[in-house]
Amino acid sequence: MHPAYSVIIFTTISGAGYGLLTLAALGMAFGLLPVSPSFMIVLLGISIALVTIGLFSSMTHLGHPERAWRAVSQWRSSWLSREGLFALLTYIPTGLLGLSYIFEIGVELRPILGLAAAILAMITVYCTGMIYASLKTIRAWYQPLTTPIYVVLSLLSGALLLLCLLAVGGEHSGLLVKFAIILCALSLLLKLAYWKKIDEAPYDYTVQQALGFPDAIKIAQVEPAHTQANFVMREMGYKVARSNSAKLRKLMVMLGFVVPFLCLAGVILMPVQMVPLMVILLLSHSVGLMVERWLFFAEAEHVVNLYY
Amino acid sequence: MTTLPDKTDKKLGLVIDLDTCVGCQGCVTSCKEWNTSGYSAPLTDLDPYGKDPTGAWLNRVHGFEITDADASRTVHFPRSCLHCEEPDCVTVCPTGASYKRAEDGIVLVNPDTCIGCKLCSWACPYGAREYDMSHGVMKKCTLCVDRIYNENLDPEDRQPACVRACPTGARHFGDIGDADSDVSKLVAERGGYNLLEEFGYKPVNKYLPPRKKRDHVTAKPVALEEVGTGTDGSMSERFFAWADKMLSN
Repeated sequence: MHPAYSVIIFTTISGAGYGLLTLAALGMAFGLLPVSPSFMIVLLGISIALVTIGLFSSMTHLGHPERAWRAVSQWRSSWLSREGLFALLTYIPTGLLGLSYIFEIGVELRPILGLAAAILAMITVYCTGMIYASLKTIRAWYQPLTTPIYVVLSLLSGALLLLCLLAVGGEHSGLLVKFAIILCALSLLLKLAYWKKIDEAPYDYTVQQALGFPDAIKIAQVEPAHTQANFVMREMGYKVARSNSAKLRKLMVMLGFVVPFLCLAGVILMPVQMVPLMVILLLSHSVGLMVERWLFFAEAEHVVNLYY
Repeated sequence: MTTLPDKTDKKLGLVIDLDTCVGCQGCVTSCKEWNTSGYSAPLTDLDPYGKDPTGAWLNRVHGFEITDADASRTVHFPRSCLHCEEPDCVTVCPTGASYKRAEDGIVLVNPDTCIGCKLCSWACPYGAREYDMSHGVMKKCTLCVDRIYNENLDPEDRQPACVRACPTGARHFGDIGDADSDVSKLVAERGGYNLLEEFGYKPVNKYLPPRKKRDHVTAKPVALEEVGTGTDGSMSERFFAWADKMLSN
């Protein structure tokens, strides 16, 4: 599958934004995040900004972005529509929460609003994962691990972002550090399981099946349907070479999980300069996350390639 | 609406004969020509005379060499939308632009509401949907919905352009849901099959498999009866024999 950079940016930035929102809102709701109201406003503002930038970025890959408002209408059947709907719904409790802090009203409503914002944010990320996991045509994605990985990575990137922002604000949460370490380990395990699955499972469909001939028949292409690449070939025909994907996987694991894990372990074990460490950790993870998303697309094969 | 109709009144579709298709690309060209105007047209061509032409086509024909125990042969494989009964390409559409008509089962894209997100093309295992870069919407075989009901055309032209253009009669159009229709009888007689049934999309278009190749026994012609080869010596016979000899050189 061709990795569309607008979609890569959308899912990573929005994922981090939703993760940040979820953890900040839940932390506040359960009294685990003792930050000042103005800091809370900053956290909410950053998460909304990230989500919004991500959503606008995703609109740039559309042929008619001006009609994008129609995309929330088919929530009965389409995961993409459901994602759009829940993305919009998430703005409501988040916005109300922000207003509650800015105008210093409705203090007793904040836990409920925070809980609502967190739940809606996670549902949105779940819907995003399901868009890919529901496609029968792409064997790598059509499996139970796809959506959990999306959700866990969103929480991980949100957690690391939150830790970084807390450090910049002179705050610290030991609980969050431990949570982030667990998420690092969990993400790594899930990702390794995902790669094992897509590497080992034999390809489900053969070119014989694609054309409807018995498996015993040998098939070779004699005349391609067209001399130049067409949309289908460009969109679905991209596949990263095995050797390159192996290198990229290692890079992704190093930057996305191992470096953050080591940094966080360092934070627990010894007194360190938090801000520079957190910034390094965040930058490393961000690059790793982009590589992960790129590989997610580039390692996925679409069944239509059998016809070519 | 992208929820599928429970049932459709008719199941219009194509039957494609892989035995008689010769890969002339006539169906491909006539489809492209018909769709320079009409529903969701025009199909664009970018840089058509340049180094890297690209464009949207709704029907494409591949050529494969197949080899089984006996021998090899060339099979030409036309590929276009199969107007499935339960296609994911309709249900994944977020705007409702992709829909299946309840009256005849034709799957269409509404070019006024499509946002060009391309998700439907990801859901289609047959590669039937293409993104038109110039128009910004998805395009696919319309089963010539603007021809088949068109009173402005002669009755014999009220079929898909590809069916009309095929010189070997490899394409047939009709109601595959009606067991008494000509196409249904053809499918039953030739063992027409569905493509990639495992997906559960229930394709309506059927493909007719290549007929079994004739071998040295079945390919032998019936021996002709002996006919008299001698002349009767008459003037006209000898004249014609001479003329034949002269003209044969």
